[in-house]
Amino acid sequence: MNWICRILFFCLAVLLSASQVSAHAFLEHSDPSVGSKVHSVPAAMRIWFTEAIEPRFSSIQVFDATGKQVDKKDTHPDRSNRSLLQVSLPPLGPGTYKVVWRVVSLDTHVTKGDFRFQVAS
Amino acid sequence: MCELGVTSHAFGHGFAGARFFPATLSTDDPFVSDELSLPTVSTIRTPDGGGTRETDISVDIAKRITPQFGIEIRETLTVLNPHEGRATNGFGNLEFAGKYQLLKNGPHEAIVSVGLGVEIGGMGSSSIGADSFSTWAPAIFFGKGFGDLPEALRFLKPFALTGVVDVAIPTSASTRAITVNDQTDERDIEIERHPDLLEWGFALEYSVIYLQSQVQDMHLPAPINRLIPLVEFALETPLNRGARGPTTGTINPGAIWAGKYFQVGVEAVVPINEHTGNNVGVIAQLHFFLDDLFPRTIGRPLFGGNK
Repeated sequence: MNWICRILFFCLAVLLSASQVSAHAFLEHSDPSVGSKVHSVPAAMRIWFTEAIEPRFSSIQVFDATGKQVDKKDTHPDRSNRSLLQVSLPPLGPGTYKVVWRVVSLDTHVTKGDFRFQVAS
Repeated sequence: MCELGVTSHAFGHGFAGARFFPATLSTDDPFVSDELSLPTVSTIRTPDGGGTRETDISVDIAKRITPQFGIEIRETLTVLNPHEGRATNGFGNLEFAGKYQLLKNGPHEAIVSVGLGVEIGGMGSSSIGADSFSTWAPAIFFGKGFGDLPEALRFLKPFALTGVVDVAIPTSASTRAITVNDQTDERDIEIERHPDLLEWGFALEYSVIYLQSQVQDMHLPAPINRLIPLVEFALETPLNRGARGPTTGTINPGAIWAGKYFQVGVEAVVPINEHTGNNVGVIAQLHFFLDDLFPRTIGRPLFGGNK
């Protein structure tokens, strides 16, 4: 069992010696949520990530079904939550919208993704 | 300046576009990365000697030299516990590999890499059957996410396929073992042939992470929301030297849980035929993402990380 203890000790040492508290930022949840159908559109598209992000190099874009960008191009972080990024939305008509995001976590890892949501008539 | 800096990490472990590919347990994945597998433990009863339980405990470290080129070192401790007789253990031959990422396409979640591996003969213990000769293995790796499927098939988008095909080429075509019969004083010469082996494997995986963040938020709770169920196929086919025979290998269904800094995976190891074995084994792995744990030191490429 000696070698098992050594391996476990090493693994613990690796975790404890990590110099950063940040990692790749994944989408945790959003409002409107991924793949959802909503009846009323919020004033902003908000995405919560699993890590604090660097807002200067992060963006959210929202496109309508024709590919036209419909957000207000003012991607900004939440002042009290560094893992929340948002972009303002105008009133949106019924249809399917595509959200494209790209974020940089504090340790400079880049992640990106996209998803759709629907606005019901 | 920061924009330049972040570019170096854009192609860290297991990402192609929006797709995160986990490190697979039984087949090598196509990514050039800074990662540490410690330990990978597998155990299965093989048909050798009337049934021998073989347990392997290995450590594997991968390091990026440049953003597109990395090296890998692996060592394995093997414990053999025969049905009859004494158990024995020892280290296998040290294995080195280099991998170069040829292509990565984010929108199509695709990656292709080539590599060359070598098992250095004579370094391991003969008591556990480590070869006295070296074996070279040129390989091609691929990965493809299904995220570009049409919206009508959106619940198939979380699927992804990774795979590897290599040819293991021994530097010795055969080895001879001479035994002397004490009673008759006769010498027996046993010739063991070492054919080239076509080694091929792939992993089909379904990412709950991808489902939740790209397709449909199902509001699944932890730890299910970070699971990646998968099935791996690890197979080999002898090609020459009188050893043309059936393909052997295993089918390994299981799951990986991927966290911030590490992932944990476990799979059943199911032989595909009686030439491989008749008993089900298991493989488990603890795998660290060094680029997330140490992004400013050992978790970045040695060269070209700032360009």
